[in-house]
Amino acid sequence: MANPQDSLSREHGGIPWKHVIGYILSIILTALALWVTFETGFSTRTILIIIFIFAFLQAALQLLMFMHMTESSEKKSKLTGNTQTGNILFAAFVAIVIVAGSVWVMGAGHGKHDHHKMDSKMEDMKMDGDMKMEHK
Amino acid sequence: MAHAEVHDHNTPLEYQSETGRLNILGFWVFLGAEIALFSTLFATYLVLMYRTGDGPTPHELFELKGVLIETFLLLTSSFTCGIAIHEMRRRNRKGLFIWMIITLALGAGFLGYEIYEFVTYVHEGAAIGTSAFWSGFFVIVGTHGLHVTMGIAWITLILIQVARRGLTPQTSAKVFISSLYWHFLDVVWIFIFTAVYLTGMVLHNG
Repeated sequence: MANPQDSLSREHGGIPWKHVIGYILSIILTALALWVTFETGFSTRTILIIIFIFAFLQAALQLLMFMHMTESSEKKSKLTGNTQTGNILFAAFVAIVIVAGSVWVMGAGHGKHDHHKMDSKMEDMKMDGDMKMEHK
Repeated sequence: MAHAEVHDHNTPLEYQSETGRLNILGFWVFLGAEIALFSTLFATYLVLMYRTGDGPTPHELFELKGVLIETFLLLTSSFTCGIAIHEMRRRNRKGLFIWMIITLALGAGFLGYEIYEFVTYVHEGAAIGTSAFWSGFFVIVGTHGLHVTMGIAWITLILIQVARRGLTPQTSAKVFISSLYWHFLDVVWIFIFTAVYLTGMVLHNG
């Protein structure tokens, strides 16, 4: 039979434990996210940080346990596995910059009344402008 | 396959041809681009979180039970898809077919629930043009739903090809690539579940 250290041959066993464990852990992470969101009474900020950590963990489970991301097509070289992993990590970095950057720049998501504050600020600025106009 | 490529019996079929190996690597690059695409939709949705205008808020319409059923259906389909690939690597064509068809059935169930959810929202006064928030919602969840629809059609066609040509290095590379696509749809759904539904409910509660 195959060398047990060879990741490509490990698939030949009867029960795909990697998948079963990945599935169970995914369900647990989903249930935990629900529990944190609706049952703990943590602050909104804490809840969001925890559920996003859970989301990234579950995504990593899918990529590693189900999609064989680190697996290489050639047995003797890790090149394709490393390329795949590096590519997805870079994509995740781009995604985080786009999402966190947009939310930060647009000023939403920090608190429910942020946009009201912004509206009143804009009104103040408009009034200042009007006053300056009158002075001229 | 007349080339002098020598392969261990244990090398999975999908890695036995040069084309198969390159296509699989190329598909990972495509998935990186898909992550960037979906990230722009997530950014749009989160930025427009409070722009509900005169329309309903997500707190009024989001229903946890339906979202959980969708989540469970898609997560399970991702699992059964993984089992299908496991069976394919054991050269078990029947196992591949059984688990892939279960995967497609679960995917169709997910899609049915999503369509039902959309119809319910529209009846309750939240359509794509109701407010910036609902535009963002329907675009991101709709784009994901469109991906699932394409995934079901694509995998169905590949299964027909496998039924006709058998498991060869060519067909099994196609099956493997479509399985990557299907798992990726669940990865995106994890973030929709977290960023769209849970975040929407948390922020509009407080």
